[in-house]
This record gives sequence, structure tokens and C-alpha cells, in this order.
Amino acid sequence: MTRSDSQPILRMVNVHRTHGRGEAAVHALRGVSLQVRPGELVAVMGPSGSGKSTLLTIAGGLDMATSGEAFVEGVPLGSLSGRDLARVRRRSVGYVFQDLNLIPALTAAENVALPRELDGASARQARREAMDALAELDLGDLADRFPDDMSGGQQQRAAIARALIGPRRLVLADEPTGALDSETGEAVLRLLRNRCDAGAAGVLVTHEARHAGWADRVVFLRDGLIVDDTGGQADAESLLEGAR
Amino acid sequence: MSVRHGLLALLAEQPRYGYQLRTEFEARTGATWPLNIGQVYTTLARLERDGLVIPRGNDGEGHAYYAITDIGRAEVARWFSKPVARTVPPPRDELAIKLALAITAPGVDVLRITQAQRTHTLRALQDYTRLKVRATDRDIAWTLVLDSLIFQAEAEIRWLDHCESRLARAEAAAHKPASSQPNRHAFTQHARGAGS
Repeated sequence: MTRSDSQPILRMVNVHRTHGRGEAAVHALRGVSLQVRPGELVAVMGPSGSGKSTLLTIAGGLDMATSGEAFVEGVPLGSLSGRDLARVRRRSVGYVFQDLNLIPALTAAENVALPRELDGASARQARREAMDALAELDLGDLADRFPDDMSGGQQQRAAIARALIGPRRLVLADEPTGALDSETGEAVLRLLRNRCDAGAAGVLVTHEARHAGWADRVVFLRDGLIVDDTGGQADAESLLEGAR
Repeated sequence: MSVRHGLLALLAEQPRYGYQLRTEFEARTGATWPLNIGQVYTTLARLERDGLVIPRGNDGEGHAYYAITDIGRAEVARWFSKPVARTVPPPRDELAIKLALAITAPGVDVLRITQAQRTHTLRALQDYTRLKVRATDRDIAWTLVLDSLIFQAEAEIRWLDHCESRLARAEAAAHKPASSQPNRHAFTQHARGAGS
């Protein structure tokens, strides 16, 4: 699964992020380095306030490092103009965040198609891709509903469809199964896993170990530093000898 | 759970011989509970002694078949209907004992213990999940066994998280008159030490 020979899609080098200054400065990240290659899903765990979400927003270009640098597909985010950064965010990065940010005035399909349309895809092409993405999440029948007419779980899945549409190669997820029951939550993780197996790089921030279990690697943050790492893939066979 | 009830449940379906029982048991439970054949025969002998099974003769190929009796069926029904007892006295959980001792022992870095354990358990959790990904829709029994292992591992990790925050709070309270900075500092020192 992990292709160690390929270039990382996400590379963070000694990233610091400090909010405020002087006495009141809060050091959210204090020198984090992380690489995520195509095909790899990395889970980030750690107590509240350890810097998990900050790491994710910097990886996605939604926030900037105070020092150090984050590279997406080799492009240093810190050096980009606002316009170029917006393009990288739209084309290379898919986000699934806790707050879903579906646009209430647009149907599920329009919400999902939006990033592709912004990218310049034709309306028809974008619609087709959106329908595929929705079908993958069992939402094909709800394509023309508005968010307010969908359950929390359905909205969550629509938001995920929007994050996964198109050719984005970096998928960033912050507690993506928040509103879902354990069965549906698992379906979301399976989807994330499949997307990574198909060549994307994924970063999953979660406080649930059960979800982190889907990752190839789990890193543990504390006080803005990576303090532990489960390393690469061990051989599952070593655990349940000859089980299958 | 006893192997005894497991074998009895299999015999309630149809008469079987020793080796068959072992294979079937392992197939159903995903080999999370491997049996050796000696264990199967000893168990069968005890079940026979207690009147729960009777020998059903030989099939001519050297396989000694066993069939369940009415008493045996009643026992299986009872087993399925009764909740599994929580371990009494309280589980002799090595990890819980280790932490209890570590907290009071001088010079032991408890945070290091919890962190190492969490990483270890997370790796197991990743392995279980990988096995689950490979399972097909037909492997529902096996998938449920894996889910059980996954939820248990998760519970252990949650408990470790809980221990850490509890200890951090206790330490913060102990240092209250001074400042909470030294505490935070101790965490950092540890973090650097364990950094990979």
C-alpha cells in the first residue's frame, strides 16, 4: 500500500505555528515534519489542543506556518499568491471538516459539483462527476435535495462526496464521521481508504482509535510535537497467525 | 466461554468427529481461539462422561463420531440464553496493575508507559482493521470477531487517554501554588525523548 519510492504528495518540514506573540503567544505547532505519499493514509491523534487541527489547516493551505514550510505536490504553499493558493486548494486538496459547510441554497448535486465548476469543468461534466460521487456514498436518490431536507448523516456524506470529487490527490479529513452511526462511519472510512489505495494521499485527524485503525500510519501529537508514530505497515499475519 | 460449549453448539447442528470439530470451530471463530486436537478429545470425553454427548460409532475410516443428547441440547440453549459473566474477581489485567504500580514507584515515567502501550495497541488495531478490509461479505462471523477485537483495543486506548488526562490534572493540582508551567515542561521533555 505504501509506496516508499514515490514523491510525497504532502510534505511538512519543521512547521511551527504560533498564535499571538510575547507572553501571550500560543505555540500550536512546534516543529512538525510529516510526509504523506501517494497511496498512504496517515491518522493524526492526540489530546485536545495538541495541534491536530492546526496541522490539517496548514497542510491544506487554509492557514500558514509561522516558520517551516508545507509542500503540496512539491509546491511550497507559503510562497504562493492568494490566487495560486486558492487554485491549489481547489485542484489538489479535498477537505472533509467537522462543520460541513454545505451551501443551503444549492442542492446536494450542485454542492458536490461546485468545486469542479470553479475549476472550469463544464456544467454537464461537473454534474456527471457529482452524480458518481454521490452514488458512491449511496446518495444518488437525494441528488436534488437541499441540505435542509437531508438528515445530518446524509449531509455529512454529501460533504464527503464534495471532498472526493475530481482528481484531488490530497484528502484532508477532520473527524469525518462526526454525525454518523458506527456502520455508516465505517463506510466513510472505507471510502477514504479506497481513495488512498487508488493513489491519493490522506490525512485523517481523529480522536477515535477505531478510525485511526484504517490508516497505514498513526502519528501522535502532544503540545504541538509529534511524540510517537506507529511506523509503516506491519504484517497482519504476524498477529493472527494463519487466521486466513 | 468454554471450549466445551463451543463444541457442544457445533454438535447441536449435526454429529461430527474430533478433527472436524476442531476445523469447524476455528473456521467459525476466525482462528482467534486455536484448539489443539488433544484438547478436543479431552473435552469430548468429559462431555460424554456428563451425558451431554454420546458416541455415534465409526464411519469405517477411523473417524469416531459424536452426537448431542437432549441434556446436551438443553445445555447449549442455556449457554446461548445466558449472558457471559464478567470476570470475577476483577480481571487480573496486567496493564492496569502495571500502571497502578508505576504511579507510586519512584523514578518511573508513567507517560512513557501509556504512550508505548497506546502505540502498541494502535498497531494491533491497524492489523485487525486490515484483516477486516480483506474479509468479504460472506465472512460475517469472522468480521464480527474482528470487530470485537477492534472495540476492545479501542477501549484500552480510551482508557489510556483517560489515565493520562487524569494524571495531568492531578499533577497540575499538586503544583498549583507555584505555576502550571513546570508540568507542561515535563511533558515536552518527554515528548522530545520519545520523538521518532
